Amino acid sequence: MPEQKTCLGTSALADAAVSCGVQVCACYPITPTTGLTAGLAKHYANGKIPQYITVESEFSAISALVGASATGTRTFTTTGGQGLLLMHEVLFSASGMRLPIVMAVGNRAVSSPLNVWNDEQDTISQRDSGWIQFYAESNQEAVDFMPIAFKTAEKTLLPVMVCLDGHYLTHAVEPIEIPTREEVDKFLPPFNPKIKLDSENPVSLGVYAAPPHYQNFREDLAADLDASLKTIMKYGEEYSKYTKRDYSPIEEYQSKDADCVFVSMGCMTGNVKAAIDDLRAKGEKVGVVRIRVLRPFPRELLAKALAGKVVGVIERAISPGAVPPIYAEISEAAPDAKVVSSFHGALGGRELSRKEVLRIYETLKKGKKVNEWITQDTDALKRAETALEE
Amino acid sequence: MYAPGHSGCPGCGPSTTLIQVTDLLGKDIIVVNATGCMEITSTLYPQSAWRVPYIHSLFENAPAVASGVAAALKAQGNDHTKVVAIGGDGSTYDIGFGSLSGMLERGDDVLYVCYDNELYANTGVQKSSATPYGAATTTTPSGKVHHGKETNRKSIVEIAAAHGIPYAASASISFIADLKMKLNKAAKMHGPRFIAVSAPCCLGAGFDGGITMKVARLQVQSRMWQLYEIEGGRLKINFKPNPPKPVDEYLSLQKRFKHLTTEEIAEIQRRTDANWERLMTLEKAWLEPAATTPKA
Repeated sequence: MPEQKTCLGTSALADAAVSCGVQVCACYPITPTTGLTAGLAKHYANGKIPQYITVESEFSAISALVGASATGTRTFTTTGGQGLLLMHEVLFSASGMRLPIVMAVGNRAVSSPLNVWNDEQDTISQRDSGWIQFYAESNQEAVDFMPIAFKTAEKTLLPVMVCLDGHYLTHAVEPIEIPTREEVDKFLPPFNPKIKLDSENPVSLGVYAAPPHYQNFREDLAADLDASLKTIMKYGEEYSKYTKRDYSPIEEYQSKDADCVFVSMGCMTGNVKAAIDDLRAKGEKVGVVRIRVLRPFPRELLAKALAGKVVGVIERAISPGAVPPIYAEISEAAPDAKVVSSFHGALGGRELSRKEVLRIYETLKKGKKVNEWITQDTDALKRAETALEE
Repeated sequence: MYAPGHSGCPGCGPSTTLIQVTDLLGKDIIVVNATGCMEITSTLYPQSAWRVPYIHSLFENAPAVASGVAAALKAQGNDHTKVVAIGGDGSTYDIGFGSLSGMLERGDDVLYVCYDNELYANTGVQKSSATPYGAATTTTPSGKVHHGKETNRKSIVEIAAAHGIPYAASASISFIADLKMKLNKAAKMHGPRFIAVSAPCCLGAGFDGGITMKVARLQVQSRMWQLYEIEGGRLKINFKPNPPKPVDEYLSLQKRFKHLTTEEIAEIQRRTDANWERLMTLEKAWLEPAATTPKA
């Protein structure tokens, strides 16, 4: 039984990285994951992480891990918001070279205007970078994702982002079970890649591929990312034997017999579930499907879960000039849903209140297709203003 | 260690640099390359000219990737494999400059070699911050109002040395003994080491590939490129041409300087002389530190 510790999400993830036997970290500070950056440095200072590179930017953080991972070591970093956007070019290089780097992302809004609070525009805008993406609802789940992420990454040779909502999770203090190194070792074998930079067996990595060959690499990457869903499910089931918690690519909460089903992601699902409990008490048949794994997109699982339902996709991201991204993907993946509507917003730290979920439900229940912004009720606005003053 | 069959141009200066670097450093190295001519001409899939382990990620991150390789080797307890980062002047002076500075400041165990052909050759001859005053490129063309590049080049070796690293040097492919001496010296050291090797590009500068070495040699003999080392805080000029050749002898071999007026050539001569005097002063000051250090 893992030890329980009451701590910040960032602190728990730093401990989890040690338990996962991370060998090389390269980090650059940014809100909301600075705590993790500092936490990893502390573990390095105490000899629990062998190498820690104090890089001069997020761009160099992920670049250094490209080198360290290609040399055959287990690597980890963290960032969020602007830091992730600065990494954009390197993300493609890492996945293209098939390097199993793991990165915890504290989801943060993107500039301009500057905003350090939460939404998921940062990671969702990186969804085509060839990385696996896990989204945690709680810090416990983020910690649990760590060994699963490393095992999946090293088996599939694909990098993994463990996404947790900035502030709501990174800065939340709660009791979390953190496995020890010995416990993780039973689940996660040592990283020993067949191909690596080694002077005894020289290879060329990151070569130049012209039109006759380039697309073949991309086809392989796309096929392997699709196929990784099975690996994720297998390792999730395996790890749940230790924790008794579920890690399926989607979570179905009160949705099986429901007429109306929300689709949501990340920690805001907590408020959605609370609203559902209120509605269920009144006899309303409503539920939620939470996406744990956005890449690879669990299309078939979603199609099955949403068939015949009135679906409302709630998401903390937009795609200016088009429909919101997760709504677009759900619409394509669930052709047998009765109707799919979009509710998007709760951006830059604006909360999705339980009251707002109830309002959305009233709209959704009418069964008409809508595409609208999540609004801020007066109570929520007051709470936000008070928090700022404090 | 750098195999024939790479697709560098006949008379390519940078390819010569790679042959020297890899031959001298041997098999037990890991090469980290930046995007550039030496990347696309060496690894066109499914072939590779590298007989040593090699990685290329992007244009602007070779120093950071090299830092990661060095850290991984340390984590693995490997204390023998040397990490060599390679970049052209576009990568080194411009787009990867922040990454280079970070690597030098951190003290990472990386030998960085810049092959300096004073322009972006891979994209078809654009100005870099290594491009000398007066040179025409496709982004600093000679027109009715503007006559080529209007600013001096960066002094990258001095900038590297200002990080307080163990070794920074400039070299030229046309002074092989000097280049080998510097590579040998750097190979035996630890921590960040930086060598900028002048390696002219026949295509970009506009001269016949048969005279690359002649052009490279005249660049040093005219003092438009200087061979020096900065070690332990002291600058040493390795070669003092006496008498120096007039800059015009070097400039006149290259199409990129063809537009220059007599006055502009005189201005280049003046700037070249002034820079040389500045380096001589630095050498003198640093060779006689006692003269300026007060007694304890």
